Amino acid sequence: MTSVLVFLDHPAASLAKSERELLSLAASLGEVSVALADEAGQAYLDGVGSYGVQRYYRPEDAAVSDVLVAGKAAFLAEAVRASGAGIVLLGNSYESKEIAARTGIRLDSGVITDVVSLEGDLTATKSDFAGSYTVHCRVTTGVTILTVKPNSFEAVEAGLPSSPEEVRVAVELPRAAARITGRVEKPVSGRPELTEARVIVAGGRGVDGDFGPLEDLADALGGAVGASRAATDAGWIEHSAQIGQTGKTVSPQLYISAGISGAIQQKAGMQTSKVIVAINKDADSPIFEIADFGIVGDLTTVLPQATEEIRKRGL
Amino acid sequence: MDEATASGLRIAVLVKHVPDAQFDRHISGDDLTTVRSESILSELDEYALEAALQLVEAHGGAAAGHRITAITMGPAAAVNAVKKSLQIGADDGVHLTDEALTGSDASATSRALAALVQHAGPFDLVLTGMASTDGETSLVPAQLAERLGLPQVTFAASLDLTPGDGGWTLAARRDSDTYAETIEAPLPALVSVTDQINDPRYPNFKGIMAAKKKQIQVLSLADIGLSPEEVGFAGSWTTVEAAAPRPPRSQGIVITDEGDAGIRLVDFLAGQKLL
Repeated sequence: MTSVLVFLDHPAASLAKSERELLSLAASLGEVSVALADEAGQAYLDGVGSYGVQRYYRPEDAAVSDVLVAGKAAFLAEAVRASGAGIVLLGNSYESKEIAARTGIRLDSGVITDVVSLEGDLTATKSDFAGSYTVHCRVTTGVTILTVKPNSFEAVEAGLPSSPEEVRVAVELPRAAARITGRVEKPVSGRPELTEARVIVAGGRGVDGDFGPLEDLADALGGAVGASRAATDAGWIEHSAQIGQTGKTVSPQLYISAGISGAIQQKAGMQTSKVIVAINKDADSPIFEIADFGIVGDLTTVLPQATEEIRKRGL
Repeated sequence: MDEATASGLRIAVLVKHVPDAQFDRHISGDDLTTVRSESILSELDEYALEAALQLVEAHGGAAAGHRITAITMGPAAAVNAVKKSLQIGADDGVHLTDEALTGSDASATSRALAALVQHAGPFDLVLTGMASTDGETSLVPAQLAERLGLPQVTFAASLDLTPGDGGWTLAARRDSDTYAETIEAPLPALVSVTDQINDPRYPNFKGIMAAKKKQIQVLSLADIGLSPEEVGFAGSWTTVEAAAPRPPRSQGIVITDEGDAGIRLVDFLAGQKLL
């Protein structure tokens, strides 16, 4: 049976949805073990165990996490060797992609990022050029290393209670290294992560400084709030909310675009969304070309009306 | 990579010519490679070049012996990215061009770039953009750092250098969704910068005229000690089996608000079972 190693980065108190998706995919491919560069709590490990994971790998030296990317890549490469894995799965954050990249060089193995589906023969599907092409590709050399997009695979609750056993691996850290000298946590919003959200309400230049109506609608729909680069550059919302070519790529079930013209750089981050709704004052905005439902109108009246209607219907 | 001389900073900026995002982009031919007819300097590489220029200016300018080299690889047209960089302010350029490079994936590209950087160097600092705007794999800078054995500071939103007895030290800031990090690394190092780090300058008339006198070294694979089998399709660790344009999204309904658009939006969402 193929051995599959899942790299889980920055474990929270319990498994995130995207991590459950990774473990579910891994369980469908073979026997799963997990590589954890950082310390994880018992609830998290119990969650990992419910996918039938027998073993999790940890570095002997906790300092791997103090060395940017290279430390975790060195650890992951050792964990792959120790587990004999033929397939390695990671999340799709920039950091995970870089860890995958360096691990690939260490193991003489091919890496494919942004994977949205996978065939039995390990042919992976991804989208290129901002979602305008669908590409099928395969790793031809070494271990198959894949970074997987959130919301692409179903998170199946495996429910096989097991207590995974910890295995420590020795890691030789790079001599010259970039070190993390300080870390400031940012306040948590309480809304879902943009890349994992089922619903996203995003605003652009037309929001004109006030994201209040978008936040209200997002909260009524249990969604996240995103933005175009114009809105983040204006300082109306934090940069991490940016969706587009230089921000995040998202594919939620529902994307509500408000006051965004829809230039190619913005479309790059959202055009694979399942359903797109657009609200813009300008009937000629390119966003309407890709919208399933477009409203030519003022977002400051349309959004609050929609929010009120959702609340009225008790949905 | 060897230690560079202490007299001045030697900075390599990796630049890439990419299909202009304003035009339609294609994958074509039997070999499923990118068509680069409307090519420009990748917008994201302009931030790396600007970061290099600002570092040089902050530490005594060209008079202090600092030097910025724009490096690229690819077909003949790829040199346009180097030319634009020279107009903006890089001191010289290097262009690796060889037919065998066609079809290189990230692993083969990073192998070629590693050999190229070593040949053109030594460099104290290798700067790149946060991703190319076409392949979007973000893999190449990390793989290049691994191959060169360099510390890697990716997605720097700020970048400073401090000279010291043991050489230069760099300090950078990185922002993620949940935290902001400060990073320190000794040189030599590889740094990728985000689009938040600066506002890139445009080439001015003086720069355009000065660029005509600057040197661009054109190299082949043999010049940098690589064989054709180490790059291109043969040297890649992944293969593209098929590529197809996504069916275009068909335009849906567009209505004009007549006072009830919010309610009609909720009706639409209910109809799609999205509530």
